[in-house]
Order: sequence, then C-alpha cells, then structure tokens
Amino acid sequence: MREIVIISGKGGTGKTSVAASLAFITGERAVMGDCDVDAADLHLILDPDILERDDFFSGVKAEIDQNTCNGCGKCHEVCRFDAVLIAGSTCRIEPLKCEGCGYCSYVCPVDAIDLKEQNIGECYISRTRAGSYMAHSRLGIGADNSGKLVTRVKRDARSLAEKTKNDYIIIDGSPGIGCPVIASLSGADFALMVTEPTRSGIHDLQRVWELSRNFKIPTGCLINKNDLNHQMSKEIETYLHNNGIRFLGAIPYDTDFHKALSRGQSVIEYNPERWKPFFRELWNKIRE
Amino acid sequence: MRIAIASGKGGTGKTTLSVNLAKYSSLHHRTLLADLDVEEPNSGVFIRGKKLAEQEVFRMVPFWEEKKCTLCGKCPYYCRFNAVLRLGEKIVIMPELCHSCYACSELCPVNALPMVADPHGIISHYLSDSLDFVEGRLHIGEEQAPPLIKETVKYTDNLRPAFEMEFWDSPPGTSCPVITATYGADLVILVTEPTPFGLYDLQLAAETMRKIGKQTAIVVNRIGIGNDDVFKYCAEQGLSVWATIPDRREIAELYSRGELIYPEIEEYRKAIDVILQRIKDIEGQLCEK
Repeated sequence: MREIVIISGKGGTGKTSVAASLAFITGERAVMGDCDVDAADLHLILDPDILERDDFFSGVKAEIDQNTCNGCGKCHEVCRFDAVLIAGSTCRIEPLKCEGCGYCSYVCPVDAIDLKEQNIGECYISRTRAGSYMAHSRLGIGADNSGKLVTRVKRDARSLAEKTKNDYIIIDGSPGIGCPVIASLSGADFALMVTEPTRSGIHDLQRVWELSRNFKIPTGCLINKNDLNHQMSKEIETYLHNNGIRFLGAIPYDTDFHKALSRGQSVIEYNPERWKPFFRELWNKIRE
Repeated sequence: MRIAIASGKGGTGKTTLSVNLAKYSSLHHRTLLADLDVEEPNSGVFIRGKKLAEQEVFRMVPFWEEKKCTLCGKCPYYCRFNAVLRLGEKIVIMPELCHSCYACSELCPVNALPMVADPHGIISHYLSDSLDFVEGRLHIGEEQAPPLIKETVKYTDNLRPAFEMEFWDSPPGTSCPVITATYGADLVILVTEPTPFGLYDLQLAAETMRKIGKQTAIVVNRIGIGNDDVFKYCAEQGLSVWATIPDRREIAELYSRGELIYPEIEEYRKAIDVILQRIKDIEGQLCEK
C-alpha cells in the first residue's frame, strides 16, 4: 500500500484541484482522504455518499462547578493560558483559552473542576462520484486538535484501503508546516508538493520541503500557473533539481480550473481531451 | 484599531490585502503590520525595510533530571498531551507535544522536571519607510503555532507609542492558530473568492468568528471567476461586503514578483481606500460606545 500526500506550504496553490483530478484518473483503484481538516473542500467536487459517520472526541476542557467552587483562586494561579477568570466569589473557565491541560483540576482543594471530553468533529467514510472510497471529516467550529483528526482520517483511509484491497491512498493535505501537516506526512510514502511561480510560493515551498525532507520520503513537485512568471518557474525547477526533488510537470494558468470548480467538477470531467492525458501522465510518474 | 485579516481557505489574498492596506495606511497614520501566519509568513516578501530588532522565542518544556527522579510515575499521569512518558526506568519527554502547562514540573514531588527553554521561533521587527512590520516565524519541525502567535502579539503590544492602525496577517483555516491570531482583534476582515471552495470555507470562517464574537467584514477577491453565490450567502447572513477586487492577470503578475499592487492598479487602490474608510467609520462607532 502506498500513501501519497499532497502538500504545498502556501495555501491556494491547487492541492484540492489536483487531488480531485487524480481521483477521476484512479477511480476505484485508490482511496481518497481529505486531511485538510480545517477547510475540507475535496467533498465539494467528489460529492461523496456518506456510508458511515462517527463523532470524534479528542482532548478535554475544564469546567468549574459553580456550586462547589469556593473561589480560592488556586486554579487561576496555576493556569498558564489565562483561561481562569475570577468572577465574584467563584472562578470560571474561558473555554476558548483553555487548552485542556487539567492542571487546575489537580490543584482544586474542593474538587470543583471537571474535565469534559470534547467532541471536536465528525468523521465520515464515503463513496465518491469517481468510484473511490473516501475518508473525510468535519472539524467543529473553532476546535483544537486538528492534528489528531488528521491522524484519525489517515487511519480510516488505511483501513478502507486494506478492506478494499487497494494499493494507493491519495491524501489532500493542509497548508502550512504545523501539526496537521506533520500528522499528514508521518507514515506517508510519497509527498506531492504543489507550488506556484511566485515569491511567496517559492518561500513557502522551501519551508515545507525543509520539513518534509526530515521524513525521508520520495518527493515530487508540480508547478501550477507556471506561465504566470516564467523566470520564477525556472528558478523553482533549479531549486528542485538542486535538492533532489523530482519535477513532475507544470500546469499553465488556465480558466478551466475555475470553470470546472464552479460546476462542482474536476477538470477531467470539464475538459477531458485536454486534462486526462496530463493527469494520467502525472499519476504514472507518481507511481514510478 | 486592530484589524485581523483572515480566511478559511488559503491563497485567497490575505497577505496581498494586508501588505497593501498597511503600506497605504502608513502614508497617513502610524501603522503596524504583524505577520501572524507564523508557519508560512510571507508578508515579508512584499515589505522591504531595515531590521530594527530580532529575538529568539522560547517555549518552556520539562527536562528530566534522572538523579533526582524517584520514578513515582505521577508525571505521565498529569500530562494530558502524551508529552511525558515512562519507558521502563526512564522518563521520556516529547517537547513537540508539550503545551507548557507546567503541571508535570510543578507537581513533581522531588523537582525532577525543571522547565527549560526550547527554541520555538523568531520575532523580527522591521521599519519600512513609515511602516512598522513585525514577523513571527516558526522554526521548522515545531508543531504548535499558537505560542509564537501569542508572543508576536505581545511584542507588538509593547511597542510605543501605540499605533493608530494595526493589520494582522492571520493564518488560514478555522482552528487554534486562527482563533489565537484573531482573539485580540477589534475587527476581522475575511477574504474570500467567488468559487464553491471560497464560499464553503467562508461559511466555516464566518461561523468561527461569530462563535468568538468578532465583528466581521468581507472582501471578495478575484471577481470574474466563479459565480455570485458568495454574495447571496453574505446577504442572507447579514455579512457586509466591503469591497470587491477583480481577477486580473496584472495583479497576479505583480504578486508573483513580490510587488505592491495599489501603486500600479487603480481598481485595487480604490478598493483599499473604501476599506480604510470603513475601518475609520467602525472606529468612530467604537469610540462613541
């Protein structure tokens, strides 16, 4: 089983459009996973039928029983997150600031503090319009622990691949270099970086590459909107070459992507003559 | 006035709007631009200036002093983030999972887990003509952005005299980094684009801002691609669309070279003029209250 993770550093370079296009190339031969749990968009194109759903619990938040609290303020003293407010004769928790460390509950002399498990989202197992199975989720509004949810979606995708005897998993990752990206990369077999020939694109590509090289997995790069700035595009190709990253191809700035997206389609469906050969070749290069 | 510029979806034009607003505002007001997208800070790609200060930011994490430890086993029980583990006769610390709550350290009966400083990121302060620019930059491999975001905001809080206008270029998404970056803002501008992805992620971001009680305004970028569903949604939800920015190849090309947009593109300058005027109106209303 091979797990391919699509990352970019910078947001909006086209990760999800690429993931959706690959889904229509591979059809039922790959399992899809949406690990951009903060802004999960892959389902908007793949329009999956949800087969199973499951609440996802992770982490805790403190709650102070107002009847038991004697207002001693010990919890306020130990909290490093300014999450305990002294309100009159009792203490209260500001949930948005509470990181769920539990320290306040350990020191409360009257046992007034409960740690409540947090339902941070919902996980889904689905069947997509492209024929593939898909693991995805919806993170609760303002929830923490997105890295844990990424790990759960990846685990679901893997068990789907085992059950359906699929050799490939394609994961749509999130922007940035923090915990969701690290969780996406861990255990992956191939990183597909999608970038664009802009100063920001290069800057962010370099940072995400420095992160992903630590995972020692084969990495390839696709340059999107490459004709926006030819010089910068060449600069990226040189960077890839110097760092031993495979250059997997370039996509010109093309309105097909927005037109397809507005219809809820991938470019493979919108303009198959033009895009099917390109993404088929990309897929073959990834599999090499 | 502290204005956070955020979005659910990445790549909608947050940074472009932040740097152009800040640069333009700094012509007339004492203005600060803070890059709080610490995982991928790229306001600095567009702002060239003189470095005034740079400081390493540390996170406090526990360090195991083997000689003092009695292996009582309390610390792994206290740590809810699996950052302190007992493996046989050893206590193992996983600094990247630590939230610096101090519970293991302060509750250790024999003081065998003192807190030590762990490099986390860098805060840099630049002066670009009359604009103060402060950037938080997370070290690669660090998992948690919020501690550095908080430190970067704290750094700007201590700058004197206070600024009339502060623009905070915030991270994308809807989870803890965004909440941390927008927490202290007086106003949040959400930048979106008129596509199904833009709309869906705007819904998530707008709900997040509603939940944390932030006054929110919308800027729709790349008008001309997609459809008008974003405008329908904003009308239904009573979200005010302050400005629209056309999808122009010239804008994308200027951006690609790391250049400012408003000096070159009249429509862009008009859009930021409108936004700055709206910000002043809000400021007036806040003062009256």
